[in-house]
Amino acid sequence: MVTKSEGYEEAAPDLDATFAALADPTRRAILARLAAGEASVLELAEPFAMSQPAISKHLKVLERAGLITRRRDAQRRPCRLKARPLAEASGWLEAYRQYWEETYQRLDSLLDEMKAKDRTPEDRQP
Amino acid sequence: MTGTLTVAARGDREIVMTREFAAPRAMVFDACTKPELIRRWLLGPPGWTMIVCEVDLRVGGAYRYVWRNTQGTEMGMGGVFREVVAPERLVSTEKFDESWYPGECVGTIVLTESGGRTTLTQSLLYDTREARDGVLQSPMEQGVGVSYDRLDVLLAAGNR
Repeated sequence: MVTKSEGYEEAAPDLDATFAALADPTRRAILARLAAGEASVLELAEPFAMSQPAISKHLKVLERAGLITRRRDAQRRPCRLKARPLAEASGWLEAYRQYWEETYQRLDSLLDEMKAKDRTPEDRQP
Repeated sequence: MTGTLTVAARGDREIVMTREFAAPRAMVFDACTKPELIRRWLLGPPGWTMIVCEVDLRVGGAYRYVWRNTQGTEMGMGGVFREVVAPERLVSTEKFDESWYPGECVGTIVLTESGGRTTLTQSLLYDTREARDGVLQSPMEQGVGVSYDRLDVLLAAGNR
């Protein structure tokens, strides 16, 4: 039976959290900005017509998803991109998807062939 | 035309794939369970061929697949059927001979038909999340690059 371990809450962020965090365009833009280097909340808020608390909320989601880290630097608390979960999410899913897409395309061809055979009236007499 | 394949993580131990096929589900079920038909499409990665395909299609029955690449390396997997409900549901265990993840995986295929088209939902439930995520190191993939290019593409696509 399926049991949930007690330590589940503390577990490392998984792909679900990564994808949930990536579902928002502002958060993707923040990640794109951080790909260029560390930035403070203030610097991150600048390009967006958003309040600092609103940006902070997005940063919390990204942090929980393990996509960014924030240094305990009293005032600034600069954010930094953690690329590994992202790369895993995109790399893993993409390669996996591609493999199955190619495999299923062969199944398409086979099914077409089976359908064609099904439609052909049997001329042979018993 | 057929639908696009979606691949998603569900919960912390499962992978779910969905794909539509332009054929009735009895046909899709046959293609997924008859060795002479499986051999036609479940070929493995490019460069691999299927050299063994045995299926004992009944609850408790075993199946076994072996692929070989051009260098002669073989890769085998198999398992036991837990549920066989033609043409709609198939549940089986699966384990690779030289598994790169711990434990067994339970695969479930559900086929639903609408207007002569069939939606195939394939879910793979691993023993642990580590095993599910360990599929990352799958030998079936030619190097899943932890690549910043891909990251860029993903971010760019998302911002469009």
